[in-house]
Amino acid sequence: MNTEILKLLENDARLTPAQIAIMLDMPVEAVNAQIAELEANGTVVGYKTIIDWEKTGIESVSAMIEVKLTPQKDKGFDRVAEKLYNYPEVQSVYLMSGAYDLSVMIEGKTMKEVASFVSQKLSTIDSVISTATHFVLHKYKDKGMVYDLPEIDERGTFN
Amino acid sequence: MIDYSKVLSKTVVETPKSGIRKFFDLMNTMSDVVGLTVGEPDFQTPWHIREAGIESLEKGRTYYTANAGLSELRSEISNYMARRFGISYVPEKEVIVTVGGSEAIDIAFRSLIEPGDEVIVPTPSFVCYAPLARMSGGVPVILETKFENNFKIDPEALKAAITPKTKLLVLPYPNNPTGAIMTKAELEEIAEILRDTNIIVLSDEIYAELTYTGDHCSVASIEGMKERTIVASGFSKAYAMTGWRLGYICAPAPLTEQMLKIHQYGIMSSPTTSQFAAIEALKNGDEDIKMMHDEYNRRRRYIYNGLKSIGIEAFEPEGAFYIFPNIGSFGLSGEEFCSKLLYDYKCAIVPGNAFGAGGEGFARISYAYSIKHITQALERIEAFVKSL
Repeated sequence: MNTEILKLLENDARLTPAQIAIMLDMPVEAVNAQIAELEANGTVVGYKTIIDWEKTGIESVSAMIEVKLTPQKDKGFDRVAEKLYNYPEVQSVYLMSGAYDLSVMIEGKTMKEVASFVSQKLSTIDSVISTATHFVLHKYKDKGMVYDLPEIDERGTFN
Repeated sequence: MIDYSKVLSKTVVETPKSGIRKFFDLMNTMSDVVGLTVGEPDFQTPWHIREAGIESLEKGRTYYTANAGLSELRSEISNYMARRFGISYVPEKEVIVTVGGSEAIDIAFRSLIEPGDEVIVPTPSFVCYAPLARMSGGVPVILETKFENNFKIDPEALKAAITPKTKLLVLPYPNNPTGAIMTKAELEEIAEILRDTNIIVLSDEIYAELTYTGDHCSVASIEGMKERTIVASGFSKAYAMTGWRLGYICAPAPLTEQMLKIHQYGIMSSPTTSQFAAIEALKNGDEDIKMMHDEYNRRRRYIYNGLKSIGIEAFEPEGAFYIFPNIGSFGLSGEEFCSKLLYDYKCAIVPGNAFGAGGEGFARISYAYSIKHITQALERIEAFVKSL
């Protein structure tokens, strides 16, 4: 498996196979084949764009919800996790060590929308013992990307 | 009225400004220019190294250090030279921490050159050697390296350039601007010529961590050469620390003893904050070097292939972060080519003649830029070349 291709794509999904081929000194056919394989076996889960919605003026609300559960017989936490990730507003579901069990990131248009998700969809699930919702006030960095505008390249200005 | 022309040093007045600078200044008067001109990393200094600098300030370490540098830093430099290049230097006597590789070169020249001494300077190469040699009273003897020799020093040409007055040979590899390197076998041939002479080698190894076809070999590691070699290096390129201004010299004690006097009177000691950061760099920076090296290597392949597909011939660079394509076939001088490219297509590269004899007909392109930036520049170069 070629982790170099993965590292390049993780950093910039818009690199074309031709560009990757040149950078890694591989035939482009080999790059295409490897990417296809990585997609097929689920190593490459998908490609998305990181957007700072604050800059568009469009209101959106994100929250991180800590969920405590009673594990279900045979299934552990899987059933609940599955139920949760099927909601389109749920961005991520992690099983956590420590004081709570699931960490659920959710994105909604308004605070009300998030609140209704918690009260009507999440807390009504049988094995949910408790939830704690933390609203995100500002994003500084996400998925390794800093949300501020890139600094101007001043190299060459002085020397 | 004072007549400044009567008071200024003739040698300094007659020294031309850097040709790289000239193009930068031109570029900075224009907007929307995509430049591939700079000779410094586009990475920021790794955070843990910056933190070490900050911590030293927080703890109030704002004093002078020993003239030669913090002893812990000299030990780390000595360890590094042994670990990477197999050369052992005594930290207390054979290492001086300087203000960048530039000061290292300057004090090496000033400690050795007597008026009229000849300094062999291979070109194309970085712009500082001949001017600094001249300011020390030396006479630069230009040794042109050739495209057809992959810009390496030809032993026969070197032999021909040596005279009884030859004091120093500058060995600027890995090379800025050509991207050439000298392998161990090639250095052996140079060593063979120098072994029985009193000629000192000033090996500028600032790009030693950036080689792509094999590890860098220091001339000082070759038998009989350590005693006649001054290694000048620094933190700027390998650790992306240009603004910290920190370099070093490793050389035999009888040489460093004299160089230290120049450093002591002229500089006192190198910036303390930078020295603390550099200790962290040497102790825990190997991963950072590798990450940046691998990224430069990908860009190197990208730009080399990009130029080739446009129909521009280039020597495939093996070190540093520059490519030095041959633009002579387009019927323009290097300066004309670069000026037109800048004015009409808003892409800036540096004409090769800025780097001395042998650079005419070539241009230096830096690939210390993101792939996206390089792609944009290549598109502009392609459009320009097609218009010719």
